[in-house]
Amino acid sequence: MSDLTVQIDKDYTKEFGKAKKLQRLKSFFKGVLFLLPSIILFSVFLFYPLFKTLYLSLFLTDASGATTVFVGLDNYQAIFTSPLFLKSLEVTFLFVLYTVPGTVIVSLFLAVLANEKLRGIGIFRTLFSSTMGISVAAASVFWMFLFHPTMGWLNQLLENLGIEAIGWLTDPDWALISVSISTIWMNLGFTFLILLGGLQSIDSYLYESADIDGASYFYKLRRITIPMLSPTLFFVITVSFINAFQTFGQVDMLTRGGPQNETNVIVYSIYQEAFRNYQHGAASAQAIVLFIVILLLTLIQFKLGERKVHYQ
Amino acid sequence: MTLPKYQKVIFYLLLTVSAVVIFAPAVIAFSMSFMPNQDIMSGRIIPTTFTLDNYVAVFDRFPLFNFLLNSLIVSVVIMIGQLVLSSLAAYAFVFLEFKGRDILFFVFIATMMVPFEASIIPNFQTIRDMGWINTYTGLTLPFFAMAFGTFLLRQSFKQIPKELKEASEIAGIGDLKFYLTVVLPMAKTSLVTLGVYGFLTSWNMYLWPLLATTDDTTRTVQIGLRQLQSQEQLNEWGVIMAGAIIVVLPTLILLFLGQKKLQKGLAEGALK
Repeated sequence: MSDLTVQIDKDYTKEFGKAKKLQRLKSFFKGVLFLLPSIILFSVFLFYPLFKTLYLSLFLTDASGATTVFVGLDNYQAIFTSPLFLKSLEVTFLFVLYTVPGTVIVSLFLAVLANEKLRGIGIFRTLFSSTMGISVAAASVFWMFLFHPTMGWLNQLLENLGIEAIGWLTDPDWALISVSISTIWMNLGFTFLILLGGLQSIDSYLYESADIDGASYFYKLRRITIPMLSPTLFFVITVSFINAFQTFGQVDMLTRGGPQNETNVIVYSIYQEAFRNYQHGAASAQAIVLFIVILLLTLIQFKLGERKVHYQ
Repeated sequence: MTLPKYQKVIFYLLLTVSAVVIFAPAVIAFSMSFMPNQDIMSGRIIPTTFTLDNYVAVFDRFPLFNFLLNSLIVSVVIMIGQLVLSSLAAYAFVFLEFKGRDILFFVFIATMMVPFEASIIPNFQTIRDMGWINTYTGLTLPFFAMAFGTFLLRQSFKQIPKELKEASEIAGIGDLKFYLTVVLPMAKTSLVTLGVYGFLTSWNMYLWPLLATTDDTTRTVQIGLRQLQSQEQLNEWGVIMAGAIIVVLPTLILLFLGQKKLQKGLAEGALK
């Protein structure tokens, strides 16, 4: 009798284990099935291209981009001794230096202003975020006119002030600054919107207790607003960095990399090398440099942001 | 927290000055698009006569309508593709438990470290070799999978009580049905946010459409504007501005309508 029970129990456990395994296999397939479309597309358009870029960077290529001769690290050696690419790196870093602090400071100023509970504040919020809806191409057209040597408003303004006209986009000393100004304008909307969201999530009792203590406006700004906003600020700074390294459209529209390569940022340089000079190998080596820079920036973001921050 | 009167005045002053400065480039362009050419040449702010000639000219001389339609198709297709793929992936990460899920989640995070600009050369070769240059497929397909969208929706799916899922399992409702009839309707707000965001970014895309189109058949309006700017003689600013205004109108309207939602959604997706 007891033997029989044990036998049944054994069978039962065996069957149960089998069913559990089957169940697990089933749920694995189901999970993968839901993720499959994304995984396939990531593989084709993201992971494969990454390895392909690395592969291409070790070869010389013909005009169609097919590999011809294996050259090892020669492409890298070539780009790092090419004055054109070094210039491009320098321009990119300068561009980052101009646009990131510029964007963040102006957006922060606007967000702090627009966070006050005043009548009609919604209109200002909408206006400040509006540049987010303006495409790079359209914004470049707007600025192209403002920068126009004779008709442009900026030079007319200078003329009225009795200052000599500036060749905003044609003077090598000014071109990168002009492109940076227009870029800051383009990025304001998005950065403002994120910072405003961060400001609005700060608990209002912090301000109330500071009010009771009679704290001044700037004291509250320095001691409450900025520290509480730091995760958002950190996120915005990293995203601005990454965006700055990926800039292309405004350079293509406003200056085509000129004058004298003064605005030839790295993505524009990659574009020129790959799709104008048909040097896919050398362009791939440049792309790998860009990839490493962005990878480092993202890693810093994850590390310091403790994975609080997710963004594409 | 009410402000003293003098502070209020300062705030309104700063707000107004900032708004004027920030909106000026767009307002100038808007005003110029209704100006006859001699007004622009003489540097006027307010047109002496109001004219729609620039708009007529830009549609007349340029396949702008075609470009607008292309952009609309491309943006809507990308938006739908992103919504479907992101929501499916987010569903798996929230409601399904299986071996390897954490590894796959890490793979999704890793995709954010690969900038599209760095992988553009092989992507161009792929599209070309598939014969997808000048097709909607080539313009849209690379953008369907999206880590940011997946994270944003995952955040919102997490708000849905787990008990609902357990109850549905007991009632014998399958995952697909649960996803379609319970999860998607409950996450409507986030889906709309992601949709608006996806539409905006696709409409404004520049580098990829520049590479993936070589003629007017599927060319998007951004690249059309680039052409307009480089083809038109520089003294036809009114026509160029009319083109630019047409290009930004759809996204500006969308932004004005969805600004509140977008702000909340982006902050949530970004910071949780």
